[in-house]
Amino acid sequence: MSQSILIPARESNDRANANPAAESVVALRDVHKSYGAQKVVDGISLTVNRGETLAVLGRSGTGKSVLLRLIIGLQKPDSGSIAIHGQETASLGLDQMNLLRVKMGFLFQQAALYDSLTVEQNISFPLERHTNMSKAERAGRVKELLASVGMESALDKMPSDISGGMKKRVGLARALALRPDILLLDEPTAGLDPITSGEIDELILKLQEENNMASIVVTHDLLSAKTIADRIALLDKGKVAIEGSFEDLAASKDEFVTEFFKRDS
Amino acid sequence: MQVKSSLQARESVLFVMQSASTANVSTLNRSLEWFGDLGTFSWNVIRASVTKPFEFREIVRQLDEIGSKSLPLVACAGAAVGAVLALESRHSLARFGATSMLPAAIVFSVIHEMGPVVTGLVVAGRVGAGIGAELGSMKVTEQIDAIEASAVNPFKLLAVTRILACIIALPLLTLAADFFGVLTGWVAATLVDPITLHRFVMKGFAGASFSDFLAPTFRTAVFGLIIGLVACFQGMRTEGGTEGVGRSTTSAVVLSSLFVILADVVLVKLILVLFP
Repeated sequence: MSQSILIPARESNDRANANPAAESVVALRDVHKSYGAQKVVDGISLTVNRGETLAVLGRSGTGKSVLLRLIIGLQKPDSGSIAIHGQETASLGLDQMNLLRVKMGFLFQQAALYDSLTVEQNISFPLERHTNMSKAERAGRVKELLASVGMESALDKMPSDISGGMKKRVGLARALALRPDILLLDEPTAGLDPITSGEIDELILKLQEENNMASIVVTHDLLSAKTIADRIALLDKGKVAIEGSFEDLAASKDEFVTEFFKRDS
Repeated sequence: MQVKSSLQARESVLFVMQSASTANVSTLNRSLEWFGDLGTFSWNVIRASVTKPFEFREIVRQLDEIGSKSLPLVACAGAAVGAVLALESRHSLARFGATSMLPAAIVFSVIHEMGPVVTGLVVAGRVGAGIGAELGSMKVTEQIDAIEASAVNPFKLLAVTRILACIIALPLLTLAADFFGVLTGWVAATLVDPITLHRFVMKGFAGASFSDFLAPTFRTAVFGLIIGLVACFQGMRTEGGTEGVGRSTTSAVVLSSLFVILADVVLVKLILVLFP
């Protein structure tokens, strides 16, 4: 058994599953998405409840990141339905979709910080546009967010002057700026060293517990998924191969699942 | 034997013709697709431009980037054109014994055609490349997606602001090009045959009316629209990483320059009809 499997999983692993009446914040039903002849998402159905963290694992090119882009409306599904807070996104206009987007925070794989803005301006960006906060209030909120991700000293720095791990932290702070109900994280620990990855995981756990958000984390990192997720969905060829707690997946005899766990360890 | 080789030759010719025809259809399809995408992009830009909130601060920032920072280059280009016109025109006019017409020739050439076109092409090069590269980089690093995910309309924030700044800046930059063109035209003229600036300007503008000045200058607002629209469109549709950014930058410059030249031909004819 790998070292990652020996690390205790999150205590609340079965919390959401144990409560079927929990409020469903994100619900995907039979979602399909193709690019030309290539089916990237092939009939995925998933739900995420308030306060729950779902980790989406899978090989490269199995549609994990596309799933997040579909949820936040950066792309439209070919068929199937996506409901956020019970509202079907397919029927929404841009303004209505933006009202939902304000309730979502998105951490992109490479953080996607705005090159031409300082760290402070990056985090202030959504606050300026979606709140009535005064300049002083915004500055206070930015400092508070940077403190929560341990980046107070980077206030005036440009994104090009900070490391990859720091960019992820700032990106996380920006994603949390509007106190979202839903947090979408695209490979938050990709390309980071194990220590920084661990720090990012701890940070996500802390922020998740403080804010009681529904989170979907796309990752290749099994250890990270085990640390932060209540539930894991393993994708294969655009479909959900298996869904359950880390222990459920680790105990599975399915060839693909055992191969994935063995390879990752 | 001869019949067989004749048949082979005919088949080869047919194959070449079919290939050429397929290539032409493919190019035509791509062109039509490009214009269709540009139409959709323009519609999104128009819709974004008439809805609140208006990004005034960003427009001012873009005016500085596009207008103020292009001023030295446009001034130099205008000055060079004025000097060259003075030197070239003197020889031509001397043949007909009409060197006294030199100030008018310089002023008319600069304000009617050279000032607006040179400004359009210089800005297409500098600003087209800048916008294409900046927006292209933002696209491939998911910054444009991040703007959209933040519930902010990227067409409004990135495209409308830049296009408006181009529309406002181009006529102002043209005035600068005209000014420096006339000034260096006078310098070049007076070095050969001394004439005071006052007399040069009086002779130059003697037969000019307000419409001579107004229509060509505001023609460049259309150039600004073309440069901003094409460069933003090429930048925001970038695909394929850093190589894609290079392609977008090049195509932004090439296409905006090409459309500026084409628009110039159409607008000159239109101005001649409307302001005879």
